[in-house]
Amino acid sequence: MRPGTPSTAALALLRRDLLLLWRQRADALNPLLFALMVATLFPLALGPEAGMLSRVAGGIVWVTVVLANLLSLDALFRGDAEDGSLDQLAVSGQPLALLAGARILAHWLGTGLPLTLVAPLLAYMLGLERAALPVLVAALALGTPLLSLVGACCAALTVAMRRSGILLALLVLPLTVPVLIFGAGAVEAAATGGDPSAALLFLAAGLALALPLAPLGCAAAIRIGTA
Amino acid sequence: MTSIDAPLPPLLTARGLRFSRDGESIFGPLDLEVASGAALVVEGGNGAGKTTLLRVLAGLLDASDGEIAWQGAVLDGGRRVAGSIALLGHQLGLKGDLTPRENLRFRLALGGLRTGITADAALRSVGLEGYEDAPVRTLSAGQRKRSALAALLLSPAALWLLDEPYANLDRGGQQVVDRMLETHCLRGGSVVFTSHGLFTPGLSRMATLDLGGRA
Repeated sequence: MRPGTPSTAALALLRRDLLLLWRQRADALNPLLFALMVATLFPLALGPEAGMLSRVAGGIVWVTVVLANLLSLDALFRGDAEDGSLDQLAVSGQPLALLAGARILAHWLGTGLPLTLVAPLLAYMLGLERAALPVLVAALALGTPLLSLVGACCAALTVAMRRSGILLALLVLPLTVPVLIFGAGAVEAAATGGDPSAALLFLAAGLALALPLAPLGCAAAIRIGTA
Repeated sequence: MTSIDAPLPPLLTARGLRFSRDGESIFGPLDLEVASGAALVVEGGNGAGKTTLLRVLAGLLDASDGEIAWQGAVLDGGRRVAGSIALLGHQLGLKGDLTPRENLRFRLALGGLRTGITADAALRSVGLEGYEDAPVRTLSAGQRKRSALAALLLSPAALWLLDEPYANLDRGGQQVVDRMLETHCLRGGSVVFTSHGLFTPGLSRMATLDLGGRA
């Protein structure tokens, strides 16, 4: 592949981010450990009564995933902004939306995908209905990319601020509410013997919408942020 | 044979360029022109707006007023021709957890590769032999600067925008910058760089733009 073409640049960015993920793997584990800790706290607070826990297990897993994802968002563009990499991306003249897409994909591979893979374990620990486990994984597989896409736009908007902390959460959480409602709704429906397909389809529709739009929004936000 | 005196087309021109932030003027209005093979030194004291001017030229900031043209064609806002500009800022754009070689591999995939050079050759010519595989965060400030200079060597861009290229470098490093500027200009490339006026490379076609601001 010829260096300097948009596809080469996007692939190289993905490759660089995955390599960085590997080099900083101790940090990369943080969201996963956070999710594990939060999920462990619920049985301690609510008591070990199995019926009660299994009723809320789907909701608990979803809330932990949303919070763990939020935890990882601030770092999404901050490092690149501070060391000047973001300037280099902007000056390269490559389509910034494509590069943002590669960055978001790397974020999902490092956060959303591991959370999706660990979620069945958390759900099993909380006593979720066996039958609802595949639906939980399907809902997370659709929902976590959506969380990364929406979150990345907000992270790009706040990157110019030295400390975005609570502002990022205030921006992201309202936007993730629909994902949480449909995601937890799908699991709830499956656990109580209902039909989860409506909620899953809403998540899929959201993903289909965000997949092309979020990188564009992200690119615009980065342009604002570098200014 | 073409005459040596034949005027080369100006690579970059700016007319009435002005930038202000929150109503406070940072620089301008100013006119500038950079021809192929020529260098422009932007001088000025701290806070005179040297870095801001470079960022406006790079398209990272939108000018408040005036227009910038690339080879005669007026540019639209922050849009730049892909692969036309290489930027060396105060933030070098290197990843601390990657080695110089890995950083360069990413940068050449992003910005393209000039023919006739490899990443290893670039690292050799900036004097980073033996440090190719050490994480950048373990290198000294000067060595990091040299890594960023190597990235510049790989770039096919005709216009270099360099913010304080001599900062943090020892005597040998400053000579590397001098040599790079000379070669780039001889090749028909152009450079705009900022300086406090302490270093001046021996370039045949060099103009100075003084932003003032010195006490």
